[in-house]
Amino acid sequence: MLEVTDLVKVYPTGTRALNGVSLTVDEPKVIAIIGPSGAGKSTLIRCINRLVEPTSGKILLDGVDIASLGRRELRKFRRRLGMIFQEYNLVERLTVMENVLSGRLGYVSFWQAYRRRYPPDDIRMAFQLLDRVGLSGYENTRADALSGGQRQRVGIARALMQQPDLLLVDEPTASLDPKTSRQIMRLLVELAHERGTPALVNIHDVGLAQSFTDRVVGLADGRIVFDGPVDRVTAQVLTDIYGEEDWSTTIREVEDEEEEREEAGVSRSKPPAREKKDEVTLGVAEGE
Amino acid sequence: MTVEEHARRYPEVWRRFSPRETLTRYVWYVSIVFVAVWSVSNLDISWFYFLDAHLQLADLAIRMWPPDVAFTALLLAPLVETIHIATLGTAVTVVIAFPIAFLAARNTTFNAATWFIGRFILVASRSVNTVVWGLLFVAIFGPGPVAGIWAIAFRSIGFMGKLVAEAIEEIDRGAVEAIEATGASRLQVLWIGILPQVLPVIYGTTVYRWDINIRESTVLGFVGAGGIGILLYSSINQFQWREVAVILVAVFGVVVVSELISATVRQRIT
Repeated sequence: MLEVTDLVKVYPTGTRALNGVSLTVDEPKVIAIIGPSGAGKSTLIRCINRLVEPTSGKILLDGVDIASLGRRELRKFRRRLGMIFQEYNLVERLTVMENVLSGRLGYVSFWQAYRRRYPPDDIRMAFQLLDRVGLSGYENTRADALSGGQRQRVGIARALMQQPDLLLVDEPTASLDPKTSRQIMRLLVELAHERGTPALVNIHDVGLAQSFTDRVVGLADGRIVFDGPVDRVTAQVLTDIYGEEDWSTTIREVEDEEEEREEAGVSRSKPPAREKKDEVTLGVAEGE
Repeated sequence: MTVEEHARRYPEVWRRFSPRETLTRYVWYVSIVFVAVWSVSNLDISWFYFLDAHLQLADLAIRMWPPDVAFTALLLAPLVETIHIATLGTAVTVVIAFPIAFLAARNTTFNAATWFIGRFILVASRSVNTVVWGLLFVAIFGPGPVAGIWAIAFRSIGFMGKLVAEAIEEIDRGAVEAIEATGASRLQVLWIGILPQVLPVIYGTTVYRWDINIRESTVLGFVGAGGIGILLYSSINQFQWREVAVILVAVFGVVVVSELISATVRQRIT
């Protein structure tokens, strides 16, 4: 699916953000990328859809090297890579619907976008996705009238409108409060699983990463220092990634999370394929 | 800690500026006063006329009173023409200034050369006064409102273009990045990602410039470029101060109304 080989990024300032990163994503799982600030998490994700131009290395998606694509092919290829941002990055003065439909821009002509005349299939898909992320009825609300959590739901819907083969998620919860963070992570992981779309998620919060993702990649100084299933993340691993610290409280959060979810009456097992698409997610939208 | 150590570590005196900074500041004050004195002494002002200025003022006021109300009928058509010149001039401005603004903004221009061309047009437009543009266009189109419309437009392009270009440079990069990440084309990014962010500025500066243009177009007649200025100019030349009074009151009224409209519209924009 995705195969990153020897990715290097040196910024014009001389900072080596990525120092030979190799990473393979071959099954539709949610992968957390953790690491201290400045470790290169954002750069890695942004190199994959070339919002940041890699200095050297290969990024193969189904055998095609994204790093060597020309402008035109890159634009076509970007449709297959959905991106979700920390600051949501919605066009604030446009409505929710316009923002969600902008996920189809790679598929429609300029005039269709200009007149806001998207194909009926796109519009139906947009309404379905809005319902799925818990924002049905909000289509004509302007994005700047929404709360942080609601905005991120719009951001998720916009990325999924592309029907991407890979989701690139850059710090989805860093601007949200703890409760909303969990709701957004849960929604993201559910959607990725039910659609069979792999997701690379940059995340600061180790506790959230441990509770919601399947695999953890640890970055430090532009290198991968850990890559393995979530249950292999130990205090020693965190020390390798972040440096010396008392990790006992961080690690324990895993159990806290499970208890909390049992209390909330949520089943512990999270099957990869949830079929009921119209099912409304827990605690959605209300009161945010 | 001994008493001396304590006093050194926690002193009682604290100054915001060092003596050197204070001195520099006073040097600046003195220089500014010097420049002002030098300007006045260099201008060769006839102080003699100041002696009876208050008498001249009183005399002018008496000659303006009472305003020639019958003149109002003659005044209406040129007044409306003035407003039309301002409105059409602003409309032409929007059409021309909009593309130039995108050229003159660093983040939407094509390359360094197009950026320079955009900036050059804006600076050139602003460096020439509306009345001077009026003189040029009267030479090209002959006297009348057409010259006035172009004069207004050529001066306003620099004003609007500059403000809109600055707004484009200050937009939220994140939203643009997100639209680019969907695989949108350059034109789509411009239309969906950038334009909505600068629309309030475009609306706001258009109305604001229209309001300024109404004021500017009242003097365009002095150089023959149409509007109420022609009437004002001839009334002054004929010493018809009672007519001048009516014109000034009318211009004042129109300007107040246009400012009100502009302020209300700009307040409503979100």
